[in-house]
Amino acid sequence: MAEIDENLAQREAIEVDRSKGDFKYEESYAFDAGVGLSASVVDYISKVKDEEPWIREFRQKSLKIFEGLPMPTHWATTDLDNIKFDKIRYYLAKGQKAVRTWEEVPDDVKKTFERLGIPESERKFLAGVEAQFDSEAVYSRMKEELEKLGVIFCGPTDGLRDHPEIFRKWFGKVIPAGDNKFAALNSAVFSGGSFIYIPKGVKVAQPLQAYFRINAENFGQFERTLIIADEGSEVTYMEGCTAPKFETATLHSAVVELVALKGAKIQYVTVQNWSANVFNLVTKRGVAEEGAEVRWIDCNIGSRLTMKYPGVVLRGKGARGEVLSIALANDGQHQDTGAKMIHAADDTTSNIIAKSISVGSGRSTYRGLVHIPKTLKNCRNNTECDALLINEHSRTDTYPAISVRGQKNSVQHEASVSKVSAEQIFYMMQRGLSEGEAMSLAVNGFVNDLVKEFPMEYSVELKRLIELQMEGSVG
Amino acid sequence: MSTLTAPAGVLDVVLQSLETTQFRAQDWFAVLRQQGWHTFQSLPMPTRDDEKWRFSDARSLSLDGYAPAPEPTEALAAALIARSHFVARPASLIVHVDGHCVLRPALSPELTAQGVRFETLTDAVRHHPALLQEHLLKHAAGLGGAKFLALHQAWLRAGYVLFVPKGVEIRQPFVSVNWTSTDGAAVFPHALIIAGEHATVSIQDYHLGATADARALAISACDIHTGTGAKVSRLAVQGWGSRTQSFQVDNTCGGRDALITSVNAAVGSRRARLENTVRIDGPGADVRLYGISVATGEQEFDQRTLQIHTAGQAKSDLLFKNALLGKARTIFSGLIKVAPDAQRTDAYQTNRNLLLSPDAEADSLPGLEIEANDVKCSHGATTGQVDENELFYLRARGIPLEAAQELLAQGFLEEVIAKVEDEEGAEALRGMLSAKFHQV
Repeated sequence: MAEIDENLAQREAIEVDRSKGDFKYEESYAFDAGVGLSASVVDYISKVKDEEPWIREFRQKSLKIFEGLPMPTHWATTDLDNIKFDKIRYYLAKGQKAVRTWEEVPDDVKKTFERLGIPESERKFLAGVEAQFDSEAVYSRMKEELEKLGVIFCGPTDGLRDHPEIFRKWFGKVIPAGDNKFAALNSAVFSGGSFIYIPKGVKVAQPLQAYFRINAENFGQFERTLIIADEGSEVTYMEGCTAPKFETATLHSAVVELVALKGAKIQYVTVQNWSANVFNLVTKRGVAEEGAEVRWIDCNIGSRLTMKYPGVVLRGKGARGEVLSIALANDGQHQDTGAKMIHAADDTTSNIIAKSISVGSGRSTYRGLVHIPKTLKNCRNNTECDALLINEHSRTDTYPAISVRGQKNSVQHEASVSKVSAEQIFYMMQRGLSEGEAMSLAVNGFVNDLVKEFPMEYSVELKRLIELQMEGSVG
Repeated sequence: MSTLTAPAGVLDVVLQSLETTQFRAQDWFAVLRQQGWHTFQSLPMPTRDDEKWRFSDARSLSLDGYAPAPEPTEALAAALIARSHFVARPASLIVHVDGHCVLRPALSPELTAQGVRFETLTDAVRHHPALLQEHLLKHAAGLGGAKFLALHQAWLRAGYVLFVPKGVEIRQPFVSVNWTSTDGAAVFPHALIIAGEHATVSIQDYHLGATADARALAISACDIHTGTGAKVSRLAVQGWGSRTQSFQVDNTCGGRDALITSVNAAVGSRRARLENTVRIDGPGADVRLYGISVATGEQEFDQRTLQIHTAGQAKSDLLFKNALLGKARTIFSGLIKVAPDAQRTDAYQTNRNLLLSPDAEADSLPGLEIEANDVKCSHGATTGQVDENELFYLRARGIPLEAAQELLAQGFLEEVIAKVEDEEGAEALRGMLSAKFHQV
């Protein structure tokens, strides 16, 4: 089936059925694990990737865990029951050939890019249509610079095969397969993602970006990322900036593990903008050793349901964890996001600032966990959650869980819910702004102090994305 | 995980009493109890995985080894009545020992003439069936304690009904005292407070152990119904003996323009769970919920609250403060729910925990579910220690460390004590809280 008319094949490769909210993939992939999940599918993935037996065993064990765990609907939304695990394709790959052209990108995506003001070349890149050839070149240039510093930046398959001495030690240790049902699923079928090692003392000036990797590997739905920052090193990693809207799947379930060794700093930036029919169920956790810092900057704008609670395990004295989170839930969307801070050493501090905006019938939820056990001293946590409700039936929920013991530990948690005041809107409209523009400006003001924390180009884009989302929300 | 395989004691007795119930004449009441029993049997025991029991030691829940106790001797009853005078001149006083009424409430002729009723539950069932059918146990326990409330309903007999008709204002508080005395006694005190339009009433409920280490099972419930513009103020003190398991399920309905203030204090029990649901279904209602506790030793105080706003333009405010010593644990789980049409709601929730020992644990689950956009809602939770500077200030003035800590802790608690409108009630509470610092 590989040798059919190329145009036709490509057109059929991504058949968007917006009414049903899912994609149909033409079965023209070189490697296709078929529909549904079973031990043989897992074996197939492992075989295609030519993995060592221990990885295959890890996958099989994880599959058993996945099958044994119930859906967490006793606390989470019952929308999860709409995921049909037996209808999902767990592995699709087309070898090393780019499969899409700019012409195939759906019009609304093109329009979005135009309105975002992204240059043509970059648009193609972001849409995932850039020829593999080109992105490989870009990637290689970057790789060269990094290689000089001793940085390893590869996919999980390469990472575990070529550098087991570095990656095997931490793989599946920050987030064990049994952590939750979706982490188990990812552990069974993971493919794609980034494995990164930053050597001692190396401070990577330029942020490492995920979409390089995504395009290079025909990014799967179950990517796996492991970043190890050795003692005193620093790195910023960014992923999924304007994730291609047509990269639609029914389920996206990633596992991201960060390890910041003594004195290291990791900053992980996500701008999630999946299309509104994706279940985005992601497990993200970092370990911070002595004096280390793990910082999650997380922005969720897309997806049908996102459940994501980036966490930091503060394992070493003086470690610091931070989560800055922005969520925007529009009609039909549920952004169930939050943060976890597990204090496991003295003098550790953590900070969580979450801001959410609910538009139309959108629902945003903050779920948090702060845990300070009794053996510890001088731990501090600060949590602030602010929610903005735009329309009459927008909804917001806040469910933090705080557990504190020990000496001289203190936590403070604050949450507030508000709406854009009529006075604000009136003031701006008097000065000639339309109601929509005024609302958009007010919302951008609400998240402004967090947006500033994003790297420049991301924050500009984020502001524009928010503006786009706010359109038509009033009047 | 405990199951109900060995229904020794309390369950056998409840079942037996249902078979030979003396209320046959008032059929609806027997039916109500039967329903309670069926609900109790149909529900599983809570488990650790139950989100509504998160952080609680649900595994150690057990109803084995308790049974309703026989009537106390006259001497004991007299001794406990003598210890029940927390308020010198109450509007009326009712005293129960082990679930038996030992001091029946008396009312002044003026109050009787105004139509006020303060009666034991069993009397009220006989005298005012229509009123009780309308108000008795009208709300299910939605915070996890449904099984316990069902058992309460099945046994229902101890307790009181307070009815204050339209426009009647009573300044002096009504006082109810429930004691447990017999080892292993199971008691199910019920309180039903109905305040008519623009009525004003205040009530104090004391739940106490005759001995400091009394062992008992207490499942109590209190329902407050308010008419338009009614003002109700309630102080509930949970001071059961230190080996007691207690569950309290409170339901408050805030009608239009009603003003309700409730203070729930906890000092007693080995484990105590309070479930307090406030339904704000009238615009202009103002409900203030306060909680206060000093937890010592291995006590577990489990506080679950729910503020439901179904009517707009109403207000609710919650403040729960806990001071923790020893290996004690407090759990505060609160939720504010604002329904889609409850615009212009003001709802607040604050939980503050003061850890006075490195082995104490404070868990906090403050939650919000907001479905209307024109609201002011916020919550805050803090857990921390006594301020070092304040401690230094006191010590520099020659006050020993422990005394200084206690002073600061009392200062921390005073904010809630000050909410008790009746000075005698506040003083009684202050004394009980203060005593806890000296037990350890």
